[in-house]
Amino acid sequence: MAMLNFEKKYRVRGGTLVGGDLFDFWVGPFYVGFFGVTTIFFATVGTLLIVYGAALGDTWNVWRINIAPPDLSYGLGFAPLKEGGLWQLITICATGAFVSWALRQAEIARKLGMGYHVPFVFSFAILAYVTLVIFRPILLGAWGHGFPYGILSHLDWVSNVGYQFLHFHYNPAHMLAVTFFFTTCLALSLHGGLVLSATSVPKGEKVKTPEYEDTYFRDIVGYSIGTLGIHRLGMFLAINAAFWSAVCIIISGPFWTRGWPEWWNWWLELPIWS
Amino acid sequence: MKMSDLHRRAARCMVSSRAIKLGVIAVMAASVQGCFEAPPMDTEQVGFRGVGMWSTTNPDITEQLVALNQVPAALPATPAVEGAPKAGDIYQNVQVLGDLSVAEFARTMATITQWVSPEQGCAYCHEGANFAEDNLYTKVVSRRMMQMTQNINSEWSDHVGATGVTCYTCHRGNNVPEYIWFEQDGPVTAGGMSGNSYQQNHVGTEVGYTSMLSDPFSKYLMGEPDKIRVAAQNALPMRGETNNQPTQALENTWSLMMHMSDSLGVNCTHCHNSRNFSSWEQSPPARITAWHALQMVPEINNDYMTPLQPIYPDHRLGSLDDAPKTNCATCHQGINKPLYGVSMLEDYPEWKGPLEGGTLDAPDYTAAPAYGDPNAVEPESTEPSASLVNPETSSKSVIQ
Repeated sequence: MAMLNFEKKYRVRGGTLVGGDLFDFWVGPFYVGFFGVTTIFFATVGTLLIVYGAALGDTWNVWRINIAPPDLSYGLGFAPLKEGGLWQLITICATGAFVSWALRQAEIARKLGMGYHVPFVFSFAILAYVTLVIFRPILLGAWGHGFPYGILSHLDWVSNVGYQFLHFHYNPAHMLAVTFFFTTCLALSLHGGLVLSATSVPKGEKVKTPEYEDTYFRDIVGYSIGTLGIHRLGMFLAINAAFWSAVCIIISGPFWTRGWPEWWNWWLELPIWS
Repeated sequence: MKMSDLHRRAARCMVSSRAIKLGVIAVMAASVQGCFEAPPMDTEQVGFRGVGMWSTTNPDITEQLVALNQVPAALPATPAVEGAPKAGDIYQNVQVLGDLSVAEFARTMATITQWVSPEQGCAYCHEGANFAEDNLYTKVVSRRMMQMTQNINSEWSDHVGATGVTCYTCHRGNNVPEYIWFEQDGPVTAGGMSGNSYQQNHVGTEVGYTSMLSDPFSKYLMGEPDKIRVAAQNALPMRGETNNQPTQALENTWSLMMHMSDSLGVNCTHCHNSRNFSSWEQSPPARITAWHALQMVPEINNDYMTPLQPIYPDHRLGSLDDAPKTNCATCHQGINKPLYGVSMLEDYPEWKGPLEGGTLDAPDYTAAPAYGDPNAVEPESTEPSASLVNPETSSKSVIQ
């Protein structure tokens, strides 16, 4: 595979987090590294366990394959393989793969001499997952509180867990998370639209400079956040979306057992009018 | 966390900027602490593992509820004596409990006093020396309530099971049960269509504190109740073909369901798998019990509560002059099975059903005479007693 002309200078050894120069090499364009190996290990084992779980189930319909966590009665102990134990192993593999990937990102960042922005932001996605399947189950005292692995079954879980709190839209952290998710989409679509229009120029013309982009947004909304700023904003919005998602589910159960509408009674009790 | 503590913390914050920061953090932490609960929690699985159907309860709250929902100690049973004189033969005007022996009848009267008017005693229903006289509205109402209790236990075992109900299930030592409802005329607004909130966008204390329809009861629990048929039978429902229900019908249903959940201290998954609310095959059996309640409560309101309207003095009526009525909270009071499912019927078998010679037929109240009001006899006390619960203050006390 051909190497891009500038690629060579980024292929520097060292900067690893553990293991010295163990696996500190490239295969084609891909950096391997110690955490690349652990990622491949966990991802492969986890995927095979999912396939095994699907084989134990009663369907090969990808929508309906379901690998459920143990019954609540198993608490925080291990469950038999076919009664939730598989789910526990897959959870370990998934967490191992996600964390390995973040650490591999950190190693690449060190090699390139750049900041840890990428692993830092990705760790919020890991946080959201780990909150769902590890932190919250531990706080509630049973692995059975994790969500099942299956395309439709995990949606059913989301629905039922939401309805355990009567009306989940009243969850204050859920409100924030949903707002941040939508705003992330809005910002990305505005940004993507802007970049596409600035670069889609007639044949023979040069692409438009950021001044054009700034002018466009100054005309439309009176302000342009700028080429670097939009990425800071995107990072802020995306991190918050994932962070408040994790908050909204960790408070549901461990820190609030009643309907979410009732939580707002503190508003009714404010000393201004109560 | 009391507000005075917050003020004290706030005052301490004036000392230095560091103290201000610490104080602000402390106040924020205290506010958060006041708004949330803390683990460990109790959880109970309802459905198959991983489906997400279970209940999570706070043992601290459960402890308070258990203390509030205990069955009172039963009065000693009267020995059964063969050929003992019956109350109906000895006393005049005993229309419902005439088949009891005189001793059993006295015991029943004593328990009713204990359960319904522990402060006022017999005088709450019986004025003057002649206890047979129907001169107080309370006596006429309580006779109808006795018939209702017997009717519920004998006709509605699909809902109340063998546990059944007694006066205490609702009254709990109060003259008027704490959780009752009236029709609402809504808040005063500027008028016109834009001024009509349709009972929405306010805190509905009886519908799980949502801002949805605050009185679903008039629609679903009295008169000819609305049917709950809001779930679509197929994807992308076509109006006019598969589902004629407007969006409002769904909201109204949800509002009623909020009331049911909150009254029973359960969540939606107690009766439904939310992946398909309408599917009976996927629903826990508790939904069947609840379905029977949605048939039973309209009967209670239509046949027992509403007809008593002419009997009540004004202060017992709602703002639209309607009679006090029943909903789920009246009996359940925050518990899945009222009084944690402890049956009082074995101790008080007279409530199991109509007694020999008794009737469940409704009297005609429309031509009722002006009855006395036991509350008017007493001089107005400045501090209303806890048992004389005003529905407005009682709904407020739920908030606090």
